[in-house]
Amino acid sequence: MADTMQFDLVSPERNLLSVPVREVRLPGAEGDLTAMPGHAPAIVNLRPGLVTVVAGDGSETEFAVTGGFAEINGESVTLLAERGHPRAEMTQEVFNEMMAQARRRVETARERDTAGEELVAAGVKLLADMEALGTHIGLDPNQANFPH
Amino acid sequence: MPSLKDLKNRIGSVKNTRKITKAMQMVAAAKLRRAQEAAEAARPYADRMASVMAGLTAAAAGSDMAPRLLAGTGDDRRHLLVVMTSERGLAGGFNSTIVKLARLRLQELQAQGKQVAILTVGKKGREQLKREYGDLFVHHVDMSEVKRIGYENARQIADDILDRFGAGEFDVATLFYNRFESVISQVPTARQIIPAVVEEGEAGASALYDYEPDENAILNDLLPRSVATQVFAALLENAASEQGARMTAMDNATRNAGDMIDRLTTEYNRSRQAAITKELIEIISGAEAL
Repeated sequence: MADTMQFDLVSPERNLLSVPVREVRLPGAEGDLTAMPGHAPAIVNLRPGLVTVVAGDGSETEFAVTGGFAEINGESVTLLAERGHPRAEMTQEVFNEMMAQARRRVETARERDTAGEELVAAGVKLLADMEALGTHIGLDPNQANFPH
Repeated sequence: MPSLKDLKNRIGSVKNTRKITKAMQMVAAAKLRRAQEAAEAARPYADRMASVMAGLTAAAAGSDMAPRLLAGTGDDRRHLLVVMTSERGLAGGFNSTIVKLARLRLQELQAQGKQVAILTVGKKGREQLKREYGDLFVHHVDMSEVKRIGYENARQIADDILDRFGAGEFDVATLFYNRFESVISQVPTARQIIPAVVEEGEAGASALYDYEPDENAILNDLLPRSVATQVFAALLENAASEQGARMTAMDNATRNAGDMIDRLTTEYNRSRQAAITKELIEIISGAEAL
């Protein structure tokens, strides 16, 4: 069995990353998981969080992703994310903007009387996950100003 | 018979027009390249999404647990037509072909006694449909402020469509846009997005996957995202088509202007020569009369 597999990080707008990796640590919706070569085929929903990519030489790169899922099979991992940023690019401003976006979603979900409780709950959970992500990488979720 | 001065003015103005159309053509060519690149870059995501969807939907389509976005409302009485056009004109038949296709479908549906609502994206389609079907409009998305089409734009449109579906406003949603084939060929396309169309073929491979959480949860999460992805793809295709159509239209206009200048110049030279000959004849006959 090969000791690396192909990892692709794809956003709707472009391919963000395509490299051979030794392992990938993913923030699954129901808990973190690590995918290594030979992993059983799986499709996993992701929560907003950090994806850690371990290259063949052991070096680690981290990406912050929101809204996506990963397709895992023995030879490759494909991560489809609505947004993905290398951790180094995750400045307070980028994070603020992402937070504002998430909050706006909750607000609109609340405003629309048609939207069910589910949608609001999903938005609130998203927000909580985003906050956790921010705190985790040392950014302040409360700095994001949201105009009411 | 126009005077020499008139002809000269006319030639000057056509030359100016040619300069403008030429410039527009070159701008469209540059924008087309960028639009094509954007469409190209978005393809991997859409393809992966489609293949995962194909596996999931094939498994879920038969069961009665299937989400409404996939199974539909069990009715097809109310239709939503999403007509996607550009914000600007001077793009040849770009907008009219989309509107024509949408209108055809609309009449077909109305003839069958179905209820139709229209959501327009882009000003041009709205203008063309307003007089006849203005009372069917439910929403309009203004793209004039958008410089570069991002996924965010598509998601807002998709969210709106999904909201309406959630509120039970319609049973079937169809996108109308121009598929980009090549610079000279754009194909007006109707694509049903709700309920999701199950693609046949790759169903077998999906059984191998473990799903976490479970298939239905993923499907519920994926279906709205798939709608957004399809809207995004349509927006990008449309943008590339628009520039392609404009480029071709402006190329034709430039060539027509060139032909017109040639014709006018010939006419100008002829009348000038006629005037000279006339003067000569007058002088000679005057001299002969003496």
